[in-house]
Formats: sequence, structure tokens, C-alpha cells
Amino acid sequence: MSKKADFVKFDKVDKSYDGKVLVVKDLNLDIEEGEFVTMLGPSGSGKTTCLMMLAGFETPTNGEIFLDNNPISNIPPHKRGIGMVFQNYALFPHMTVFENLAFPLKVRKMSQEDIEKKVDKALAMVSLDGFANRMPGQLSGGQQQRVAVARALVFDPAVVLMDEPLGALDKNLRESMQYEIKHIHESIGVTVVYVTHDQGEALTMSNRIAVFNDGKVQQLSSPDKLYEEPVNSFVAEFIGENNTFGGEVSEISNGTCKVKLEKGEIIANPISVKSAGDKTTVSIRPERALINPKDKMDNNQKGKIEEVIYHGDHTRVRLNLLGNSEFILKVPNSSQNLDIKLGNEINIGWNSHDARALDPK
Amino acid sequence: MSSDTRKILTTDGIPLEESLKQAEKKNKIKAFLLVAPLLLFLIITYMIPIGDMFSRSIDDKMVTNMLPKTYKAMEKWDGKELPPEEVFEAFYLDYKILVKNKTAGKLQTQLNYEKNGFKSVLKKLARKQKKFEEGNYKEQIMKVHKRWRNVEYWRAIKRRAPSYTYSKYLKGVDMYSNEDGKIVQVSEDRRIHRILWIRTVEVAFFVTLFCFLMAYPIAHLLATLPMKYSNLLMICVLLPFWTSLLVRTASWMILLQQQGIVNDFFVWTGLVADDNRPEMMYNKTGTYVAMTQILLPFMVLPLYSVMKTISPSLMRAGKSLGATPAVAFFKVYFPLTIPGIGAGCLLVFILAIGYYITPALVGGASGTLISNQIAYHMKSTLDWSFASAMGLMLLTGVLAIYWIYNKLVGVDNIKLG
Repeated sequence: MSKKADFVKFDKVDKSYDGKVLVVKDLNLDIEEGEFVTMLGPSGSGKTTCLMMLAGFETPTNGEIFLDNNPISNIPPHKRGIGMVFQNYALFPHMTVFENLAFPLKVRKMSQEDIEKKVDKALAMVSLDGFANRMPGQLSGGQQQRVAVARALVFDPAVVLMDEPLGALDKNLRESMQYEIKHIHESIGVTVVYVTHDQGEALTMSNRIAVFNDGKVQQLSSPDKLYEEPVNSFVAEFIGENNTFGGEVSEISNGTCKVKLEKGEIIANPISVKSAGDKTTVSIRPERALINPKDKMDNNQKGKIEEVIYHGDHTRVRLNLLGNSEFILKVPNSSQNLDIKLGNEINIGWNSHDARALDPK
Repeated sequence: MSSDTRKILTTDGIPLEESLKQAEKKNKIKAFLLVAPLLLFLIITYMIPIGDMFSRSIDDKMVTNMLPKTYKAMEKWDGKELPPEEVFEAFYLDYKILVKNKTAGKLQTQLNYEKNGFKSVLKKLARKQKKFEEGNYKEQIMKVHKRWRNVEYWRAIKRRAPSYTYSKYLKGVDMYSNEDGKIVQVSEDRRIHRILWIRTVEVAFFVTLFCFLMAYPIAHLLATLPMKYSNLLMICVLLPFWTSLLVRTASWMILLQQQGIVNDFFVWTGLVADDNRPEMMYNKTGTYVAMTQILLPFMVLPLYSVMKTISPSLMRAGKSLGATPAVAFFKVYFPLTIPGIGAGCLLVFILAIGYYITPALVGGASGTLISNQIAYHMKSTLDWSFASAMGLMLLTGVLAIYWIYNKLVGVDNIKLG
């Protein structure tokens, strides 16, 4: 059975709540069968609205959503067969863990025997064997979360939606749950659409990430591409740390461009600039700029150290470079970089390929 | 082990327990002083009146106090045959004083309750006793009226000997203890109280049911509507609360009377003929309508406060798991509102069972409740002991309902807000 590339398909979907503002604008998104796609974005960017439209709790104002090539806008939520994990778990507080998991099977009129088998299997999957008779209130946050995941999966839905499911957990638990959900996804191969505003979570778990802002998908690509090759300054800014220079393109030729800043000039990789005179924001990842580089690099600048923050495995250094006093360097903790002291002038170098000239902010 | 039994000391060497007591003593006194006014208030306005009601309801000292010598002499009398001379003498002496003090009328009334026809016998004795000679009172009294030879009348006097009685309670359920001391029902055409009790429970039950049926959707709307609409709706719910009970009842009278607005509307729509307007007031219908409207907020508010805490994502979860909206409602939403339903129903039922003003004004003859009967005995017949007895029976009934509710649902499950 070949995997469908457009198992879930948003086709020109618009959504407005009040008829004045579009929360989601012209959304086109194809999700492959068995894929783990994350919708990532700041709050109010429309990602949860998209999820609610897919689940059936909101209707698209325009456009259509397809599930396995069938339009689903007119199908009520309970007939869509889509599992959902809610932000606050939404476990039924008056039912035991077993009854919670049996709920979707009971409404499907399965036999008691099948129900017990399936619930046991689902509980084993989230390593909660023996918790069947507890009430949700007697479980810790992490355990409740696992019950919620098990409940969304127990009736073998084609798609599982997760709406910031780890938001309420503490940091360590969140990280271990990320791996757990990722492993469950890998082992059963269900299609997952995940919503979060936590970029770390998105990068860890997803096959592909759709970055939302202002009701639009800014970039849809794999986590590494998203981080290494952001297509616009919003994505560059939103994912990971980022050093930026605002300037104007003065020269552009086969694969490189010169950008004139307020003070000085740098060579950059033209991504969204076309011709000389375009305004641009140049983005450089902190770890791509090196101190006293050994290899030859086409950008070499001098900067003054303004702040040094010790982080254990690395040190964050804030420089004043070419008039940008917020230039951040991440220096691995090794014995070589001993001249990193407040007030020192150091040489910084980076490749023009890593300096991406994007749209102006 | 020795370390377990050893007393733990503070750094200053005082035993820890003692030190803790010392430290908390001040706070305890402060806390008690803060609740003391309330405690005093409760004792004065609640405990004492209820105690007084109880003693009044069983009090039967009046006859005992009027015939002290008689009852002393009657102690030895076994009640089988006519009493001996001492009893007659004692009764004559007691009665003489009563006649002199012009309080014999009360005794006549009281003993007439006990035995029909006693009044005329006693009245005759009051007239004749002035000419009595000393000695052999038995003969003289029996000569006044032949009924004095009937042992029944003497037994009737003896029955009133104890200074307390539960006869008022028996009367409250249409029973009495007859001449033989047996508890029997009153004749069928005089059983009014039992009808009233049943009607009270019935009205309270149906009012609670109507309130529940109407309040549930309202409370749900209140809990789920956006703020700007729900605030308006909340004001609509609370507005009757801020209006005088009397005004509300009076406006129902304007609406429901035969020439009233509702009937006019029915006639206008052609639903009923003008000469055949239905009676919606001065009967049970009026009581139902008015009481349901007046008690509705007491059902809405507990339901609302519970529904407000139910996350909307629970219903969504139910639907996403494949339950139809109806199944999701009955399996997920409804069970979670039970604490509110319990609180609301208990509140409305208990309020309804003791409701007074509304049934008095719109109830008419067939719509009045037990509370109206209590008021009647307090204001009109002045039989306060009977009113007290019925009041206490009502209170016991309410406590019993509360107890049953606690057994069935559990009071811990009540949520008022």
C-alpha cells in the first residue's frame, strides 16, 4: 500500500470568526499518510484554528479540507474518525482510566471482549498497565497526558490531532514525553498533526514543520531545512537564535551579494533579494560565526565584547559588531578561547553562504 | 525503642507539644472570639426558638395546673370504677377556686375536647356548687348531673393528668387517642391535614421538577455564551431576585386571573371561548406557576456554578472520540452536572415545602400548603402548640429529606458555587 502524499489536504482554506479579520488566509497544505506534521507559530497565528477545522469544531469560511480525498467540511466531528489530544487532556473526570479508553470503543458498539483487549494494548503502549481502575484525578500530569494519548489512539483513527498536549507539563517531563510520543508515532505509523508554539518540541518530533504567522504558512519543510535555510526573516527569527543586520543590497552577482550596512559592508547569500537597491535583513546563526577562524572566510570583522555569559557547556558572548550591539556568539567551552574577556576586541569570521539576505523586517 | 518514647524538646528544653499548645493558644482564643457573636446569634435566634417550639408543642400543663388537688387524689385511683370520695372532694375544691377566679371556662373547653358533652355538665356544676354542703361530695356532685355517675367522664379528666402530650402531633396527621387510649384515625370527612401534607410534598416535588427542566438549559446557556450575552442573561435571571416577593406574586395574580392578561391572550388567539376562560389562579395551577418562577433562580445558580467549571473541551473530546452530540451529552456532560442538580433540587425542594406567601395569595382553597395551615393556627385559632407541632413535623421532614439525599447522593457532592 503506497502512502498517499495528500492524505490530509487543506485546499485554499480561509477562516474568519467575525467577518472582518481573516484568522487563516489561503491555506494550502498537504500532509502525507503516516507523517508527523507540526504546526508551529506564535499564539494567534491561526494554527489551532486550522486544527479545529480539521477536527470539525470549526468550519472553514472558504475552501475545503480533504481527508483521504473526501471533502469533510460537512461531516460532523463524531463521524470523522479523527483522534484528538487536548491541551488540558480533557479526560472525563467521572470515569476511570479504563472507562475513558473504552468510551470511543463503546460508542462504536464493540464487544466487551474486544474493548478489553484494545484498552489493555493501548495502556501497555503508553506504559500504564495496572492503572486501568484509577480515576484521572489520581494520576500525575504526565500520566494523564499518556492516558489522553492512549485514548486518542485506541480506536485506530487515521489521523491524530494534538493541540499543545505538553503545554502543562514541567520541562523534564515534557522532554521525555516528546520522545515517547515520537516513538509511538514511529511504531504505529499513524498520521499526526501536532500544534505547538514551542520550537524545540517541533524540531525534536516532526517530519515536517509548518511555521504559521499571521494566518499564513510561512514555510513548510523538514526541521533541519527550517533551521538551516529559513526562507524569510520571520522564520529565521522564530526558529532558533539569530543575528541580524538590516541594510541595502549594493551589488548582486552569481550566488553572492554585497550588503551595505550603516557601518561597513558584508557579503551575503541572496535568498529573497533580486537586485541592487533592495532593502534586506541579513541573518546569521550564532554558531556559524567563528572567532579567529583558521580557514579562510569571506567575511572578517572586528567586534568588541560587551557581555560574557557562562552556560556550562558553552559561553554566550555578546559583541558590538558593525553597529549591531546584539550580535551573539556561542563559543564551545574549551581551553582555546581564553582571550574572551569583557572589552577585548576579537576577530569574527563567517562564510557568505551562511549569511542569508532575506526580506527586510 | 527509646528514641521513640523520648519526649521531643524544643531548643529551650520545653516539651514540644506543650510549646506548640502555648503558641497556638492565642490564635485559638482569637478564632473563638471571632465566631462567638455568630454562635450567640445562632443560639438566640435559632436554637432557643426551636427548643421553645418543641416545649410548646408538647406542653399540656394547663389542665394539670387547674386541678392540682384532683390529680393528687387520682394517683391511687385505678380508673376501673367510679373514683372514691377523696377525688370528688378534691375536684370540688379545685373547681370552686376556678369558678371563683372566673377561669372555669378554660377547663370546660379543654375537657370538652377530651369528652364531648363535658362542657354542659361542668357549667351546671358551676351553678350548683355554691349551695353545696360540707361532706359527702360524691353524692352531691352526682346529684347535679347523671353523667357524673359515668366513669368515662372521670377517665377523661385523668387522661389530662400528664403535663405533656403528643396529641398535637397525632392531630397533625389526622389521628387522636380515643377514650381507651388507643391511637385511631379521625373520621374520614375530617382528615384535612393528611391531604395538606401530601399536597405540600406533591407541589414541592413538581415545582422542583419544573424548575429543573427550565433551569438546566438556562444555566447551560449562561455557562457557555460569550461574556457580553451571558452577563445580560444573568441579570435577567437575577432581576426577580431583586424584586419583592410580594410584587412578583401580585404580578402573577394580574397575569393569571380570569380577566387577566394570559386569559385575554388566549381568548384573543381563539384558543378558548370568552365565556369559558380557564381558572389559572386560586388553585394548584396558580401555585405551580408562581412558585416555579419565584424559585427558578435557586436552581439556575447552583447549576450555573457547576457548569461553569466543566471544560468545553470535554464535550469536544467526546465528539472527537465518536460519540454523537446526544451521547456525548448524556455520558459526559450530564454526569458532571449532577452535583449542581443535587444542590439545586435540594434547595428548591426545601424552600418549596415550607413556602407560605405565594400559596396563600394565589393558591386558593386547593392550592394552599401546610405552611398556610400553620399560619392559620398561629393567627386565627391561636392554637400555638398545634402550630408548633406542625412546624416541627415540617422541620423533621426536611431533615429526613436531607438525610435521604445524603445517603443517596452524598452531601459532599453538593456544589453551590
